[in-house]
Amino acid sequence: MPEDSTHLSGGGIHGEAFSTRLPGRGGLSPLEFYMPIAEYLTESPINFGQTSLRSAPTNLLNIDHLHPSLPSISLPPPTPFPISPSVPLPFTLSHGTTTLGFAFQGGVIAAADTRSSCSGLVACPASPKVLPIHSHLVGTTSGTSADCALWKRILARELRLYQLRHRRRLSTGGAAKLLSHMLHPFKGTELCVAATLCGWDGDDEKDEEPITDKYGNISTNQVTSSGSNNQSTSTAAAASQPLISFTTQQVVESRSRICGPRVIYVCSDGLRLKGELFSVGSGSPYAYSILDSSVYWGMSVQEATAVAREAVFRATYRDAYSGNNVDLYHVTAKGWRRRERENLKEEYYREKERERKRVAERKAEKNKEKFNV
Amino acid sequence: MISAQAYGENGKMKEYHYTGPVEHKFSPYAFNGGTVLAVAGEDFAIVASDTRLSEGYSIHSRDSPKCYKLTDTTVLGCSGFHGDCLTLTKIIDARLKMYKHSNNKTMTSGAIAAMLSTILYGRRFFPYYVYNIIGGLDEEGRGAVYSFDPVGSYQRDTYKAGGSASAMLQPLLDNQIGFKNMENVEEVPLTLEKAVQLVKDVFISAAERDVYTGDALKICIITKEGIREEIVPLRKD
Repeated sequence: MPEDSTHLSGGGIHGEAFSTRLPGRGGLSPLEFYMPIAEYLTESPINFGQTSLRSAPTNLLNIDHLHPSLPSISLPPPTPFPISPSVPLPFTLSHGTTTLGFAFQGGVIAAADTRSSCSGLVACPASPKVLPIHSHLVGTTSGTSADCALWKRILARELRLYQLRHRRRLSTGGAAKLLSHMLHPFKGTELCVAATLCGWDGDDEKDEEPITDKYGNISTNQVTSSGSNNQSTSTAAAASQPLISFTTQQVVESRSRICGPRVIYVCSDGLRLKGELFSVGSGSPYAYSILDSSVYWGMSVQEATAVAREAVFRATYRDAYSGNNVDLYHVTAKGWRRRERENLKEEYYREKERERKRVAERKAEKNKEKFNV
Repeated sequence: MISAQAYGENGKMKEYHYTGPVEHKFSPYAFNGGTVLAVAGEDFAIVASDTRLSEGYSIHSRDSPKCYKLTDTTVLGCSGFHGDCLTLTKIIDARLKMYKHSNNKTMTSGAIAAMLSTILYGRRFFPYYVYNIIGGLDEEGRGAVYSFDPVGSYQRDTYKAGGSASAMLQPLLDNQIGFKNMENVEEVPLTLEKAVQLVKDVFISAAERDVYTGDALKICIITKEGIREEIVPLRKD
């Protein structure tokens, strides 16, 4: 819609046209912010089946009487609509998983198991839990699978619209913020989404050298790189051949602030954390033990995929609600690449075989010692 | 197995004797039983369901099939709460008509599946208590099965069982159609005759062990020629 795009390009978080757009709302409070989502929801309302909205304690809320059943994003807490007096569900929704994501010098690795369980029954042994959102962003999903699938879809749609309007991709941090704010109205309801957004930010794919030393040479390059933007450093790098090592560090320093691998955890409780390593789900404690001991920034791609695979494998070994296969995605400046889904059944047999061999070796050694002594 | 947990302090079984104050609340849901199954082959798809409608200890009807024909190439099987099944199929029929009138073509199986997912999620906080399975042919004429959970999470499968006997049928299908958990097995592609025979055998077994499944079996076979129906009697007890 043309008026929407002009609105957005006008910029500004507290655009003065905001209060005129949404009728029934008073002046701007500091907690209100401009979210284009409200317009989309007005056009195509997603009614989530909230019950008894009118009987809600109205003194607590600022109800938009024209659209009573919409999740109004821009309302400050408490919850915009009352938590439905939980209609007791006769069934349970799918839960339980192991997912992980971490960043290293060669990009981001996102891995997950594929078991979708429904209170004791495996509803699906081959469900995809790592969903690509756009060419440079994948998200791992944990929680109710329907919620995760739908919110990922909504996020992908919003990011695409952003890309079309602003002619650039939204950064991972921006996407995480968007998802977090979209989920905020549902805080307190039984919605359960815990996603790790793993992506690569950055607009130039032509600089494909891996960021080898993220923290290197800060003191010498501080002055030069702080003032420079991407454009000048990349041309400088191209122009001056003998100084290539010096300028690469400049590029590295400025690039790592704006672009590079990013891992951000978003949860339907409202939590949004930026970090380098996350594992989510019922099997996450087991995965963390493997990851914390083996992940470091300078690892190679093969090492990283092996560690991720091993972490998921160990988690499926110990956690009843994780299992079946491993999905692995690797995100680089060129986009995401999916590794072949691997069935862990073979891995168990290999493990058993190795164990058997070890036991046999130990027995042989013990016998040797006995005879020697 | 009768364990000590089933008995209260006064020695009486908890389920059948009064154990203390109980609060009753109106539940808008009921469970009407029934099993649905769908199998996709190279150029065909089969959707089968039993025809028993039950509630608690009673049988409401012996002739209430759970397959609903949506288009010439798609059949929907829904089991769970019959009231929600009826409303859901009405809504889907209306949406199909709307699509036909505005886009001048019938919806493809994949599109119906995506639409059903959003319809189901539209009631995320008061869900349709329905387990859906869509069977049909995709645009290239290959068989497609889409299985759903009550709130709209879905994916494309080769075979899926849903409903009251699903936990019994799914492992059997995994083994016979998916050739899982077997060693040294030759994976032959599934023919239509073999698939129909398998579906009949599987439902006969389900009727033996599940009280909510029985009476008759209705099979809808979807090929490029159209949809053919077969009715096979099952145990009536």
